[in-house]
Amino acid sequence: MLEVRELECVRGDHRLFRGLCFTLQAGELLHLRGTNGAGKTSLLRTLCGLMAPADGDVLWHGKSIQSFRDEYNRALTYLGHLNGIKGDLSAIENLQISSSLSGITLSEDGILDALSKMGLAGREDLPTKVLSQGQKRRVALARLLLSDTKLWILDEPFTALDVHAVDYLKRLIGKHLKAEGMVILTTHQHVEIEAGVMKEVDLSA
Amino acid sequence: MSEGSLFLAWRSMLVREILLAMRRKADVLTTLFFFLIVVSLFPLGVGPELETLRLIAPGVIWVAALLAAMLSLGRLFSDDYDDGTLEQILLLPHSLSMMVLSKVFAHWLLSGLPLVLFSPLLGMQLGLDSDAIVLLMITLALGTPALSLIGAVGAGLTLGLRGGGVLVSLLVLPLYIPILIFGAGAVESASSGLGAEAHLSILGAFFIVALVVTPISTAAALRISLD
Repeated sequence: MLEVRELECVRGDHRLFRGLCFTLQAGELLHLRGTNGAGKTSLLRTLCGLMAPADGDVLWHGKSIQSFRDEYNRALTYLGHLNGIKGDLSAIENLQISSSLSGITLSEDGILDALSKMGLAGREDLPTKVLSQGQKRRVALARLLLSDTKLWILDEPFTALDVHAVDYLKRLIGKHLKAEGMVILTTHQHVEIEAGVMKEVDLSA
Repeated sequence: MSEGSLFLAWRSMLVREILLAMRRKADVLTTLFFFLIVVSLFPLGVGPELETLRLIAPGVIWVAALLAAMLSLGRLFSDDYDDGTLEQILLLPHSLSMMVLSKVFAHWLLSGLPLVLFSPLLGMQLGLDSDAIVLLMITLALGTPALSLIGAVGAGLTLGLRGGGVLVSLLVLPLYIPILIFGAGAVESASSGLGAEAHLSILGAFFIVALVVTPISTAAALRISLD
């Protein structure tokens, strides 16, 4: 499904990694490890197609993601270091806009439901700039509940979250994997996610 | 399916931009007041003789419009860049140039259109007659969208750079020169009896070329800036 061939990544004059190969099938989780500066975020951004690889290729169903960008983006949800939500808009507005931008129309009830599952009931109408760091992260994570994409790429999804939210997110990832989804994530925390297959790639090695 | 969802995405990008601008009205008003104040300074500096003012009016209004357009360019992509929404826009399953076009259209509605609508007031202040004022409005209506379109390329290229605001002026102002010449020139040539059709046609041509070329180059610039 997702195949990485001989990937090389260079930032400035510094080579982060090279010759990286792995494949990810439906229902599999990839846990990306590595010390600070090992190139985890760079690899995730390359896998999304935001960064061009110095060498090698990322293939989705056998086709290079650079040439089938629209098709690949339709199957992808990326959550980066930045939450990607507008501080001037409320949680509802943020989610409404992000889903209609990707071409899906959602009912307000569906969005309210997703927000209450993320523990944000009662905060839906506040501009997100007044929310705490963890609550902003929850708004961003609510996108996972509302999209029907196959591949989730999550960069440090557990940062700023409290214990309950971490548990909920782990269950959510488990559910996504059971439904034949794919997840790639980085985290420095210990993850116990019920996954059929859990792969690990260590970039510091 | 994909055309319907592209239209939905195009429209919601426009709604998003307008909604965000309504939450930060100050940003929209700064551009407009800057335009009004710069033009109003000229009678104070040059002196109140209507003959002189009438002669320089089209040029003054056009230069002020260029500077006002520059002022609002810095924020076109930088806010989205800082909070990560630009990454998400790049990962949408639609053509990035169409999304850029929607953003630029919103930028024009919020920063260019107000200039067009307020220009008659400034024209009267500088002693232009009604024919010249109508012509000035037409040139601005054709020219300001081109300013937004061309400016977007510069804004995309300087994204995330320190001192990007100054750099974007240096990049974009030279490209604005032809629009300035033909925009201001139209009013002058009409008042000297030569007719403004040629100038207006060239302005229209600039607009159409910019409409076709700049969304693609802006999209490429954004991909480079986020790499």
